[in-house]
Amino acid sequence: MTRYILSRLGQSLVLLVLVSMIGFAVLNLAPGGPLSQFALTPGMSQADLDRIAVQMGLDRPLIVQYADWAWRLLRGDWGRSFRDSRPVLDVIGGHFGATLLLMGTATVISVTVGTWVGIKGATKRYSLFDYAATVGAMVALSIPTFWFGLVAIYIFSLKLGWLPAGNMYTIGNGSFLDYAIHLIMPAMVLALVDVAVWSRYMRTATLDVINQDFVRTAKAKGMTPRRVLMKHVVGNALLPMITLAGLQVPTLLGGALVTETVFTWPGMGRLFLDSLGYQDYPVVMGLLMFSAILVLLSNLAADLLTAFVDPRIRLT
Amino acid sequence: MSVSSPPANPPVRSGWWNSRTFRRFMRHRLAALGVVMVSVLTLACVIGPYLLPYNDLYIDLRARFSPPLTGYHFLGTDPLGRDIAARLLMAGRISMLVGFAAMVLSTLIGATIGVVAGYYGGRIGTVLMRFVDAVLSFPSIFLLLALAAFIKPSPIMITVIIAITSWMEVARIVEAEVRSLRERDFIMAARMLGLSNRWIMFRELLPNAMGPIIVAATLTVARAILLEAYVSFLGYGIQPPLPSWGNMLNGAQQYLQSAPWLAIVPGVAITLAVTSFNFIGDGLRDALDARSDLI
Repeated sequence: MTRYILSRLGQSLVLLVLVSMIGFAVLNLAPGGPLSQFALTPGMSQADLDRIAVQMGLDRPLIVQYADWAWRLLRGDWGRSFRDSRPVLDVIGGHFGATLLLMGTATVISVTVGTWVGIKGATKRYSLFDYAATVGAMVALSIPTFWFGLVAIYIFSLKLGWLPAGNMYTIGNGSFLDYAIHLIMPAMVLALVDVAVWSRYMRTATLDVINQDFVRTAKAKGMTPRRVLMKHVVGNALLPMITLAGLQVPTLLGGALVTETVFTWPGMGRLFLDSLGYQDYPVVMGLLMFSAILVLLSNLAADLLTAFVDPRIRLT
Repeated sequence: MSVSSPPANPPVRSGWWNSRTFRRFMRHRLAALGVVMVSVLTLACVIGPYLLPYNDLYIDLRARFSPPLTGYHFLGTDPLGRDIAARLLMAGRISMLVGFAAMVLSTLIGATIGVVAGYYGGRIGTVLMRFVDAVLSFPSIFLLLALAAFIKPSPIMITVIIAITSWMEVARIVEAEVRSLRERDFIMAARMLGLSNRWIMFRELLPNAMGPIIVAATLTVARAILLEAYVSFLGYGIQPPLPSWGNMLNGAQQYLQSAPWLAIVPGVAITLAVTSFNFIGDGLRDALDARSDLI
């Protein structure tokens, strides 16, 4: 087990280095590079810009600049926002909770619904339900998330008036119920794609387990089909889903970005778009690196969790 | 699941929808439906604008916010009084062209990296595939938006950055395929004939991996159309007055109450196009994968 954990940690470290290199490359693509924030100041001459470039160490070789940047990243010094001069990590931290709440709720929805649809589709294979779920999942994967959000707002907020069209809470209210009401629609919209993916994988995983010998043995013992399903099939089919949950994080983060925009949800995605609009590149770069690190960590966590619950992996 | 042994307990089947014929028919039906829809959409976008009475850029402020079916505005007009049907078809040209071009470019990048990584293996293969993993660690929309904000947006640049953020899937598929093909006798024969590495990679290995590449490429068109819609909706993709399905939705949210057709019409077009390409890709996967019939 220790060996597995160590090798998996090593892999993640290598990936982290590669990710930071890509991040640094993107950073240098920014118009005017790191100097862009000064270039717009009135009365700034080229000589001034050159002097600032030296002060910021931009005359050094790219390798040295990268090492310096990566070291500061590791120490938690992610620079300061152009907009309000707050440290980038503080700004991101202030928006992370809202995104986590949204993504967490969406994941709970998609795991619950997707698992159910997948198991039902696998046990009643080639039923009309199975066909409908298959086609439905493909259509769900094709609907642009932001458009689905707009349609949901049109129906449930504007026509029916059941749910608020945006924001995280009503100003001056902020009770638990108020948060919950604001959370329902964005979470459902964000969950749509995930439900589709989850149900497809769950169906395949369940089919894999159903044809195994231990399931036949359980049936031969005279267990009721329902008990066989609950005791032997579901648990085993859910094992590979842990990895899937990790792999879905980038999709979820991307979906959160558009969902937050449509529903004016104060999370990381909206912060990213706002920062792009203000050309606040330190925050943009910070969010890019933060989301990539989040993806790395969740994949690592998913793999370690799988190894923890499934002895077959840690023993090989 | 092993192919040779029959399933332990064949599922109980009943009803007309359970026959194998219907199943195959259904799968092919969806793919066929996809082909028909893509053809209709393409045809409409190519010749449609010539048949409509309005130009997509003609501004008529007296006719702004006309609901669908007012006069000859079949799909209504937008906040500037431009005909939505005309804009939708012109936007379709751009969105589908961007999607298709991004697919070609990302398939080229992905297939090249995949075949090199799979053929050489070892250190080169590991480094390349770790690089693929690293790019996949960035949520594609974040990376796409950051790149789009940093460059001067034009349809060609948008195509390029969509390709840059969506070649990894093809690379992974090709690498896996090539890694297994590499050990086969015909590659051994090619090596013994003294063929160059480049010849073996691009004339021997790639053609044999064509099936999975075609499937991945079809699904990439769907993905690229979606990505274009996302960035354009958020204002960093195709810039107005050039219409695209994504940027037609850009201002639609503020008029959701008064002019819902502004939001509904382009979204339906995107969903139709993307669904069609996904259906085709799924059908191709079944057709090109011999094992699919057993599952």
